[in-house]
Amino acid sequence: MTLIEEHPANPAAGDEDRPIGYGRLQRKEDPRFVRGKGHYIDDIVLPGMLHGAILRAPVAHARLVSIDTTEALARPKVLAVITGKDLEGLNLAWAPTLSADVQAVLVTDKVRFQGQEVAFVVAEDRYAARDALELIDVQYEVLPPVMNARKALDPDAPVIRDDIEGRTDNHIFDWSAGDEAEAAAVFAAADVVVSQEVVYPRVHPAPMETCGAVADFDPIDGKLTLYETTQAPHAHRTLFAMVAGIPEHKIRVVSPDIGGGFGNKVGIYPGYILAVVGSIVTGKPVKWVEDRSENLMSTSFARDYIMQGEIAATKDGTILGLRTQVLADHGAFNATAQPTKYPAGFFHIFTGSYDLKAAYCKVTGVYTNKAPGGVAYACSFRVTEAVYLVERMVDALARKLEMDPAELRLKNFIKPEQFPYANKTGWEYDSGDYEKTMRLSMEIAGYDELRREQKEKRARGELMGIGISFFTETVGAGPRKHMDIVGLGMADGAELRVHPTGKAVVRISVQSQGQGHETTFAQIVSEELGIPPEDIDVVHGDTDQTPFGLGTYGSRSTPVSGGAVALVARKVREKAKLIAAAMLETRPEDLEWEKGRWFVKGDPSVGKTIAEIALGAHGTVALPDGVDGNLDAEVTYDPPNLTFPYGAYICVVDVDPGTGHVKVRRFIAVDDCGTRINPMIIEGQVHGGLTDGVGMALMEIIEFDEDGNNLGGSFMDYLIPTAMEVPTWETGFTVTPSPHHPIGAKGIGESATVGSPPAIVNAVIDALAPYGVTSIDMPCTPARVWAAMQGHATPPI
Amino acid sequence: MQVSMTMNGEEITREIEPRVLLVHFIRENLGLTGTHWGCDTSNCGTCVVLMDGQPVKSCTVLAAMADGHDVRTVEGLATAGVLDPIQQGFMEEHGLQCGFCTPGMMLTARALLDANPHPNDTEIREAISGQICRCTGYATIVRSVLWAAEHPAELVTIDEEVGA
Repeated sequence: MTLIEEHPANPAAGDEDRPIGYGRLQRKEDPRFVRGKGHYIDDIVLPGMLHGAILRAPVAHARLVSIDTTEALARPKVLAVITGKDLEGLNLAWAPTLSADVQAVLVTDKVRFQGQEVAFVVAEDRYAARDALELIDVQYEVLPPVMNARKALDPDAPVIRDDIEGRTDNHIFDWSAGDEAEAAAVFAAADVVVSQEVVYPRVHPAPMETCGAVADFDPIDGKLTLYETTQAPHAHRTLFAMVAGIPEHKIRVVSPDIGGGFGNKVGIYPGYILAVVGSIVTGKPVKWVEDRSENLMSTSFARDYIMQGEIAATKDGTILGLRTQVLADHGAFNATAQPTKYPAGFFHIFTGSYDLKAAYCKVTGVYTNKAPGGVAYACSFRVTEAVYLVERMVDALARKLEMDPAELRLKNFIKPEQFPYANKTGWEYDSGDYEKTMRLSMEIAGYDELRREQKEKRARGELMGIGISFFTETVGAGPRKHMDIVGLGMADGAELRVHPTGKAVVRISVQSQGQGHETTFAQIVSEELGIPPEDIDVVHGDTDQTPFGLGTYGSRSTPVSGGAVALVARKVREKAKLIAAAMLETRPEDLEWEKGRWFVKGDPSVGKTIAEIALGAHGTVALPDGVDGNLDAEVTYDPPNLTFPYGAYICVVDVDPGTGHVKVRRFIAVDDCGTRINPMIIEGQVHGGLTDGVGMALMEIIEFDEDGNNLGGSFMDYLIPTAMEVPTWETGFTVTPSPHHPIGAKGIGESATVGSPPAIVNAVIDALAPYGVTSIDMPCTPARVWAAMQGHATPPI
Repeated sequence: MQVSMTMNGEEITREIEPRVLLVHFIRENLGLTGTHWGCDTSNCGTCVVLMDGQPVKSCTVLAAMADGHDVRTVEGLATAGVLDPIQQGFMEEHGLQCGFCTPGMMLTARALLDANPHPNDTEIREAISGQICRCTGYATIVRSVLWAAEHPAELVTIDEEVGA
């Protein structure tokens, strides 16, 4: 069975071809993309522009002995070769990370991961820059690397960060949430405790467009224009002002069309800084765009969590508690991007969707000789790891108790009347009706029939598995009082102007990487003001043109900027009321709103449309005291809480008993993201995340050999699903609005990436039950599945 | 060296370094930036163009190898301002999000529909299996191609225009 969601246009709109407000609407950005007229970083060409290329370290851990750039500099078309020593002179050799650490821009003392930046060549064209890299002579004294996080804290482990004074080990942090003593008491009294190691290996977001920048420093007025592949242009501008010492008003960051981000384009990479240095040094614009291997080997990876999970329950299947010890591999520099208070992101949502008596987690972060990063790949600040842990543990408990995993979940869900629900680690879940969503997913799947089919197939020796995941996310970071990134509060601005003819422009701080902001945000304004979406221009991605805000990641665009846009439109609507009252020579309290128009209560024929009011505001209408002659407004929205989207996913796999090959035959995803703005875009976000999930569960991994070589450094080694590896997705939805969000929306961008991997892995384990398999780690490649079938399953790290 | 080819119906001749890849030639020498590159190893397919009507990965073709051939890029899909049904289909069925893989996907789909005007789900998936999309999960791309197949009336006279 294939269920394809129907997406009728908003019936309230009246005209299907011209919907007002929410509903299926073709994207405003598509006409340029289908014509090949998108404008991505590598499409930018400035007069006199030069090209930069980075020389990268071939080894993971080595003392830098010498660099000789003579031959490279002598090469025709080469204008500059910049080394760490040059940067030291500018005080730019090291840059602060987003986690209160520092990262080398170019190596000065020691290489700390394979692919690290060693030198930067600026040349007249792309090919000449690459040629010159070959001519730089670097001598290294190779050191033993730390490639296994489990060994990073051994007393004899080499110290990676000897650049930090007084450091004698590779320990970064310990962080915990929940009540350890309470959890110990609950576990001690429980009938059943199940323990399991659950590993989420290192993966990479690998957007189709790699990272890059074009830096254009004007030496006369001292202004830097920096085109960058960034998901957070305003945050980057502020950080560049802090790092490079260029005054903030002299920096303009422009994020053009972005060819996918998934968290890969949040951080500030050495390449961006080097492009700026190159432009300052040469006096010309400098473009730097990394190749695929550079992207996979040096930019922000994701996950790399080794989790020891424990779940406690009564023998009738009431879940009592969860606890976990996590070893987090942060690579050579602590450069994860997350709110300051939370070194493990929002991992403490690992209590999932269940009503627990106690929960406790402890996370230990360590340095290894791997690339830095960690929070990326649509992970909602480590919610991915949390959901994977809890959903694997619940399945492990179901196996132990010989209970159906759906039944166990249904028995333990937080009940609708318990919301807002305070969990055991400090979150307040906003709203939910989990059972309804779970039952819809089971209905679409035909769950009972699937179990019958599985029984028949097992009798014939066929390996069919059914896996469930029920996830709850915490997204939309976040309230300023709790959340900041390097001191910048996570509120978002929005500005709205209604022009004299009734057309509008809304300026937002978040930056689309394909999510369709130009459409969705126009629809929010349209819903609030009754202006057709095509008459609303959405401006984003240019710090000179948009209000301050922290950018797009962690599914925060709709929860935070969506709230800002709804509120700014309401502010305009209230101002319009005052102006309409003046125009109609009545009192504001005598007016009533219908979409697009204020009219006199009891006399609907007398009123003024938004366009008429806009013309009045800019025209000669005598305005009330305190009302300016425009129809503009601005707000900064500080969300009162995060939002908690959730979903019920069911995966059906077939495993080939002869090869261990896993085929995802069906995948049913029922999501609840609160109020739905554009169902077509929501479905697209879900589909993409499910495909990520198949990739991580079955194919994707960044592995290293013991010498520190990255074994996933190209698309020949880092495997990503094609159309052949994924099924036709079956989706459904329930709608439980967020009570605290201005329009009730919760965000959907990362739900499926977060929710799908445990469903797939649980299905694989379920399929392998006849072989006595109770655990397997991702990626479930044929070789790893085969090993598990033979009783030789080993963790990937 | 000198290369000459038909690019989107127009005869062009350029002086180039012999080692220049077709993708760089198209993007940098001709300024047609609708063709993208994403991997350097022929795995991702964002650089797909049509050479004599067949999809090729232009990161793995030297510009010199295209000498004397007929090359078509995304910029050559619409004619006289009228979109190819495949372009319309991608907009109708949400076959794109970030848009980076889209030109390559559409050109492969165009070649498929030229050879097989009524492909089924499996045939479409096989046709695009050499290309990666990180955003859509492929189902909407399949729907987009089916939409184009179902709307042949809107086919403009592209074959005549290109003169293949």
